[in-house]
Amino acid sequence: MTLLGIRNLKVYFYSEDGMVRAVNDVDLDIGEGETLGIIGETGCGKTILGLSILRLLSENTKVEGRILYKGEDLLKLSEDEMRKIRGKEIAMIFQNPLSSMNPVLTIGTQVAEPVELHQHLDNQNAKEKVIEMLKSVRIPLPSKRVNEYPHEFSGGMRQRAMIAMGLICMPSLIIADEPTTGLDVTIQAQIVELMKEVLKDSGTSMLLITHDLGVAAELCDYIAVMYPGEIVEYADVRNIFKNPKHPYTRGFLDSLPGRGLKPIPGISPSLINIPDGCKFHPRCSYATGRCKNERPQMIEVGEKHYVRCFLYD
Amino acid sequence: MLTFILKRMCLMFIVILGVTMMTFLIMHFTPGDPAEMIAMARYGVDDLTQEDIEWIRVQEGLDAPLHIQYIKWLNHAIHGDLGCSLINGQPVLSEILVRFPATIKLAAVSMLVALIIAIPVGIISATRQYSLTDNVSMMGAMLGVSMPNFWLGLLLILLFSVHLGWFPVCGYGGFEYIILPALTLGTGMAAITTRLTRSSMLEVLRQDYIRTARAKGLSEKVVISKHALKNALIPIVTVIGMQFGRVLEGAVIIETIFAWPGIGKLLVDSIYARDFAMIQGGVLFVAVIFVIVNLVVDISYTYLDPRIRYEGVK
Repeated sequence: MTLLGIRNLKVYFYSEDGMVRAVNDVDLDIGEGETLGIIGETGCGKTILGLSILRLLSENTKVEGRILYKGEDLLKLSEDEMRKIRGKEIAMIFQNPLSSMNPVLTIGTQVAEPVELHQHLDNQNAKEKVIEMLKSVRIPLPSKRVNEYPHEFSGGMRQRAMIAMGLICMPSLIIADEPTTGLDVTIQAQIVELMKEVLKDSGTSMLLITHDLGVAAELCDYIAVMYPGEIVEYADVRNIFKNPKHPYTRGFLDSLPGRGLKPIPGISPSLINIPDGCKFHPRCSYATGRCKNERPQMIEVGEKHYVRCFLYD
Repeated sequence: MLTFILKRMCLMFIVILGVTMMTFLIMHFTPGDPAEMIAMARYGVDDLTQEDIEWIRVQEGLDAPLHIQYIKWLNHAIHGDLGCSLINGQPVLSEILVRFPATIKLAAVSMLVALIIAIPVGIISATRQYSLTDNVSMMGAMLGVSMPNFWLGLLLILLFSVHLGWFPVCGYGGFEYIILPALTLGTGMAAITTRLTRSSMLEVLRQDYIRTARAKGLSEKVVISKHALKNALIPIVTVIGMQFGRVLEGAVIIETIFAWPGIGKLLVDSIYARDFAMIQGGVLFVAVIFVIVNLVVDISYTYLDPRIRYEGVK
């Protein structure tokens, strides 16, 4: 069953240099208990896509389309109704837990906030719940560490606390934005393991935003590849790695160290000057005249495998 | 923490020593013969003789070299004796202690006025950046910064005391007497603090942890009051400590305008009369207060920001 359905989502805002089209006609579905990965390079709009779901973008950002959560359009909710979704139904785990946690409040205070707010627990019960949560994300000595501040935690421990904060209300959906970026490789592996485990135990769905294909391969059921503002390929995790169709997906995979470390020629376009037609055509070795002028649509090339490329038309 | 406080005390002592030395020097370079001024104050201008002046010079130790005078004064001061007024013979310390509560009262109420205006206005300005409210408050703040407070004081007296008759023109007494001087001193301070609160708040509101707080579903009110304010207060508290020095400094003028019997007015009167002992004692007192306030500010950081810990604490 579909938990979150994104339909024709467009996100754009004006900057000094012109209009930034961060998300362009994105359609995505996340089923219950599923993990969908959005992968793409830095600056392709994937973080903005994640923030737009919880409506955390600044007021001058325009969001159009529909974001259906359990059949209800989040974009039509009032700010008060939206606050009841945030943290309770849909929680977010941010990258860089040092800057994403308040330096002057204890870990305990910050992790407890969602349950105090949404489940109306009093201080004592909330604290017990926090200790339980910290234990489940394997933070040692949780009853002592609840009273510590973020700067007293190591990077990995902070990210664990961040995960505890996201999961404490047992949300139906977690949006994790680069949860392992900035951590040591060994710590990354631990965090991935932990997330895998807690997702399995809780049955929570996740939207994982990352540029790290390794992390995506570990955690995701489905993967959507994003290239300046749009999804260019969508498939289950096996097909993305074994049978990539879009020239960009192939290029992205070939740029991995294990697959030859071959860079994609050219640079990814800025979200202000997006090329016409297929957005990848200036960098694509298969590009034809059609790619320059006409925007390809998503084409079904296999079971639950879609690609936005004229090669398969 | 104790080590830190002790260390700061030693530094305080050096600062205060420097301040007294400077005052001593400056006083002796100001034109006018102190012995003559004192003699005039004591015996009147009419039947003043050169002998009287010389007698006072010897009597008050003004004939000794400057450094001897200073060391003598310092020695007494360390033993808690600030000497007696050269004019009326009253002990300096008791005179200061009599005047001191008035100044503290004025300073405290002024600070209160400043904070009551500055913190809310700064927060509202920051949360509604570039709105009409923001623009109006920033213009008000600009006006407040640029207006000299003696001039503002006179305007307030004209409007509220002379024309409207709401408050007494000057003097010391009940609550109605403190309103105008406190308003005069407080608004200038409020102006700077408002601008700082706004910019500090704007800076904090851009931080990632504010987005995290919003992502939990917290209302904007809680985000501001619980997550943003405490972070934004750190630079504000620093400036409040320094502003306190400005209040004491401003009090010199404001107390004179409003005939407020505090240390400020005492200092001005003593300077006119070249009452060295009184000036020296008053300046010392103000310096001590200022240094203590700043120590309190430094200690308060540790409560605001857990990342700041002074050595020897854990």
